[in-house]
Amino acid sequence: MSSTLAHGETPAALHQARSLAQPPAPKQARSGPLADRLFGVFAKGAALFTLGLLLAILTSLTISAWPAIAKYGLGFLTSSAWDPVQEEFGGLVMIYGTLATSVIALLIAVPVSFGIALFLTELSPAWLKRPLGTAIELLAAIPSIVYGMWGLLVFGPVLAEYVQTPLQAAFTGVPYLGAFVSGPPVGIGILSAGIILAIMIIPFISAVMRDVFEVTPPMLKESAYGLGATTWEVVYKIVLPFTKTGVIGGIMLGLGRAIGETMAVTFVIGNFNQLDSLSLFQAANSITSALANEFAEAGEGLHQAALMYLGLVLFFITFVILSLSKLLLAQLRKGEGAKS
Amino acid sequence: MISPELQAMRASMFAKRKRINYVATALALSAMAFGLFWLAWILLETIRQGFAGLTIATLTQMTPGPNEEGGLANAIYGSLLMVLLSTCVGTPIGVMAGIYLAEFEPKGWLASVTRFVNDILLSAPSIVIGLFVYSVIVHPLHSFSALAGVVALALIVIPVVIRTTENMLQLVPPGLREAAYALGAPKWKVILSITLKAARTGVITGILLAVARISGETAPLLFTALSNQFWTSSLSQPMASLPVTIFKFAMSPYENWQKLAWAGVFLITLAVLALNVAARVLTRVKN
Repeated sequence: MSSTLAHGETPAALHQARSLAQPPAPKQARSGPLADRLFGVFAKGAALFTLGLLLAILTSLTISAWPAIAKYGLGFLTSSAWDPVQEEFGGLVMIYGTLATSVIALLIAVPVSFGIALFLTELSPAWLKRPLGTAIELLAAIPSIVYGMWGLLVFGPVLAEYVQTPLQAAFTGVPYLGAFVSGPPVGIGILSAGIILAIMIIPFISAVMRDVFEVTPPMLKESAYGLGATTWEVVYKIVLPFTKTGVIGGIMLGLGRAIGETMAVTFVIGNFNQLDSLSLFQAANSITSALANEFAEAGEGLHQAALMYLGLVLFFITFVILSLSKLLLAQLRKGEGAKS
Repeated sequence: MISPELQAMRASMFAKRKRINYVATALALSAMAFGLFWLAWILLETIRQGFAGLTIATLTQMTPGPNEEGGLANAIYGSLLMVLLSTCVGTPIGVMAGIYLAEFEPKGWLASVTRFVNDILLSAPSIVIGLFVYSVIVHPLHSFSALAGVVALALIVIPVVIRTTENMLQLVPPGLREAAYALGAPKWKVILSITLKAARTGVITGILLAVARISGETAPLLFTALSNQFWTSSLSQPMASLPVTIFKFAMSPYENWQKLAWAGVFLITLAVLALNVAARVLTRVKN
């Protein structure tokens, strides 16, 4: 009885085993591979497109800038001539403007962002964290043209009256410092552009700082608190050393943003090609503002090529800075993995 | 036993450490206040000045000449059209690339390089995108056009969408995919109807954020779509957009132009903040 049952079962089991080894191809499985391949090609194509985009940007900028590159070479970076009529071009004035405004922005934004990150990670009551964090992030959402218009028409006059004029009164005649505050206090120039850039990059730097502060192992912080350290000591001596690569990465990200920012700077920097004084109150020019103001009107030829050259320099600088930032942040993440 | 001198020294050291902590905490608090102060000032000023300049005519009439009556209708239409088209062009590419990064070869060399490049493009100066589109579209065709503007904006949409799509797909539990594969579903079907569907709120959030980003973008439009004083629907013509019109009007000395610029700034800020809030609400509902 049992043997017949076993006997009767065997072919069925065999059949099952055979069908597992060679599944009958259902309809979907037949349409599957082709659709899958197509889908895969599209997905890969989209990824390759992104890669190609970067290469295409670099190539096309280089080709368009070629007349200027061929004529001036690297000397373009150190020449301060900019005369579309005489066809004499050099990028020093704009490069200086870009760097000076970005440095001012960092000087203001880094300590403030650190304070904000410290407040949000260590001090803020839990129920306030979310709304306050969101509010700071909204600073990044405001379009740059809004910053620009507000900076030119609202902030500039206030800065001129309540900051620049008193500063000038206090420092004129003082050696070295006096040079920084000379010039007309009209609220337009390197200082106001730097301050507005600072406001614009605070959300980026503070977001990164906040994120990396939050990855500090709670055990480390709790041990320090347990030994009687104050909040400041925990942040300055435990959290900051542990996260310093990430913090530097965040600062670089902010710097990259500041260097590439266009509209806000164009509104308030004054768009004036000069490098005669060190004054922070003088109207100046940056790479981005020169491009925004002159490009559409520049005639084809050397003027346009020189502007393209400036664009290429800008892209190169931001590329290097953002890559560094990315590498530093990745390093922090790797170190974190090794420790845990 | 601790001697009184030692005790006094300890007390003074402790007092000093507490003082430093107090100062640092106060500074952190004022940094927070500093950040909020600018947000409040900018928003209040935008609302105050923008509301004053906003009338029905702003929404219905064309951009005027200096010292004439008019509105921003053509600029608003141009902005809406270009943002809509560039989102439609950029989103599929961004989503597909995001799918590749998350679902196909998350650890392969192509994925790592693409991720790196994408992060660079995400923060790259938008004016460079404008220069790029100028030299590949405007220059060969010898004319500024709305089409070039659409391409420039789409190139800004793509990295934002790639980033969020990838992040959101990674959050989908692997069990969901495996269950679908076990039922014999082909890969494309698993991705489109299981993982992408599970991550859809996040992906939509990313698209909203991308739309918010390009709605305020000015720099890439300056030498692609340029501007136009008149109503046009033709993609081969220069087209007005809200940000470029604001730029032109705000820098002018004419009072009516500046008033319109404030109204435009108000509209843009309103739209961008609304999109951001919508994106945030969506993510919170998801969580």
